[in-house]
Amino acid sequence: MENSIQSADIYALAPHHRFQWEEAQQSYVILFPEGMVKLHGGAGEVLKRVNGKASVGDIVTELKAAFPDADDIENDIIGMFDLAVGKQWLRKV
Amino acid sequence: MTQNSLGDSVVQKAVQAQQQNNGVAASTTQTQPLWLLAEITYRCPLHCAFCYNPTDYDKHTQNELTTEQWIKTLREARKLGAIQLGISGGEPLLRDDIEEIVVEAHKLGYYSNLITSGVGLTEKRIQAFKDGGLDHIQLSMHDITEEINNFITNTRTFELKKKVAAMIKSHGYPMVLNVVIHRYNIGHMKEILEMAEALGADFVELANTQYYGWSLVNRNQLMPTKEQIEEAERITNEFRARTESKMKIFFVVPDYFADRPKKCMNGWGEVFMIVTANGDVLPCHSARVLPNMQFPNVKDDDLGWSWKDSPAFNKYRGDSWMKEPCRTCPEKEKDLGGCRCQAFLLSGDAEAADPVCALSPHHHLIEKAIEDAQNPQLQAQPIIFRNDKNSKKIIEGELEARVSEFHALP
Ligand code: SF4
Ligand code: SF4
Repeated sequence: MENSIQSADIYALAPHHRFQWEEAQQSYVILFPEGMVKLHGGAGEVLKRVNGKASVGDIVTELKAAFPDADDIENDIIGMFDLAVGKQWLRKV
Repeated sequence: MTQNSLGDSVVQKAVQAQQQNNGVAASTTQTQPLWLLAEITYRCPLHCAFCYNPTDYDKHTQNELTTEQWIKTLREARKLGAIQLGISGGEPLLRDDIEEIVVEAHKLGYYSNLITSGVGLTEKRIQAFKDGGLDHIQLSMHDITEEINNFITNTRTFELKKKVAAMIKSHGYPMVLNVVIHRYNIGHMKEILEMAEALGADFVELANTQYYGWSLVNRNQLMPTKEQIEEAERITNEFRARTESKMKIFFVVPDYFADRPKKCMNGWGEVFMIVTANGDVLPCHSARVLPNMQFPNVKDDDLGWSWKDSPAFNKYRGDSWMKEPCRTCPEKEKDLGGCRCQAFLLSGDAEAADPVCALSPHHHLIEKAIEDAQNPQLQAQPIIFRNDKNSKKIIEGELEARVSEFHALP
């Protein structure tokens, strides 16, 4: 899975997965059959933008603009995609 | 329902978060119930020998919560943080208000799961569930061969299950199959897995029987040998390695054959809140076997109080209740001393280490149980199938000989 994420790739949430804000947890979560993953702020910001239309590159650009002070954000974002794809939370469209 | 709806693998998937630099939080101790398990009815058309419902369930078939009471419970639990909803039983489809409950669950933002034997699932109902926003359905399949499926459930349901599996699939649901493993089907692992694949299962849970409720009463009849379990695991691994399929297989190792206990319910009052058919609020399905405990009930008690402040939910939270050898054990965070119900049922001491643990002074009870299960005389005792008649008999003490070695009615 390492390094397989390309800037032009477009991803969407995998079937039977749901992404939502959880008030009680004060975080975004991914829900799937019998499981849930709580996402940190940064991971939530990435997945919030995954919609089956925006490419990885678009999301990087958007996040760079939204968080101009964050260093080396691109690697973090790609890492997050890598993890999410590896865990089958996302599928490529 | 079948046990692994709560299996360890499942819990781990839920709370184990990935300790990674790229931002996925590690979640540890929860102060919120993440899971609401609605044991919505104890009525069931099946009579499984391994059912883990309480053997005295017959007391609770007449005093079920109303639809309004369930909806109120759903709302309150959601406010406390519950997000995964399991609708189980008994057979939940015996209630005709599951459609309404599903709609409410969806509105509230639950990820909802119907745990069913499939009996009573029709095109009309599944369409209503789909429209109402039910997220997934978990079907219990007992075995590949009709004879054994029918024998162990004591009904004729095998053909129906095949139909239901197809129905679930055709409505676009992920196909989650749960197969309880015991002496009568452990020899058919390969066939079970092949069938699951043929049905298009996305997840298969191979849940080795854990001994609570009816399965404890039938322990000598159900428990396989260690060699059989090892063989079953080997076949499962082989299957995993061989197939290209995306089917995920969880093999839940039976605790009797391990030398450390399971972290039961992922910790008492940590993530799971169970509300039973009559409204009792429990930290674990079988908690009512424990002595000197008063569990809250949604009819009388506030759910927030029940979770946070009730004496019952606080009794075994954390580790301050522990005795030796657990108290000073370096591994205590890993398993929190195992299962309180198992400790009490088998040893008579609810604060003892789970007898499954090799360090427990009661571990010989597990060794004896494994030995007994191979004793031809004990094996030959009849299976006590889970049904109303037997439940009444157990309540009235008529099956005393089969439960006398336990410290509470299983
Ligand atoms: S009898 Fe079988 S189907 Fe019914 S609740 Fe028990 S295990 Fe589930
Ligand atoms: S002694 Fe207690 S805490 Fe230690 S491993 Fe055994 S059950 Fe767990």
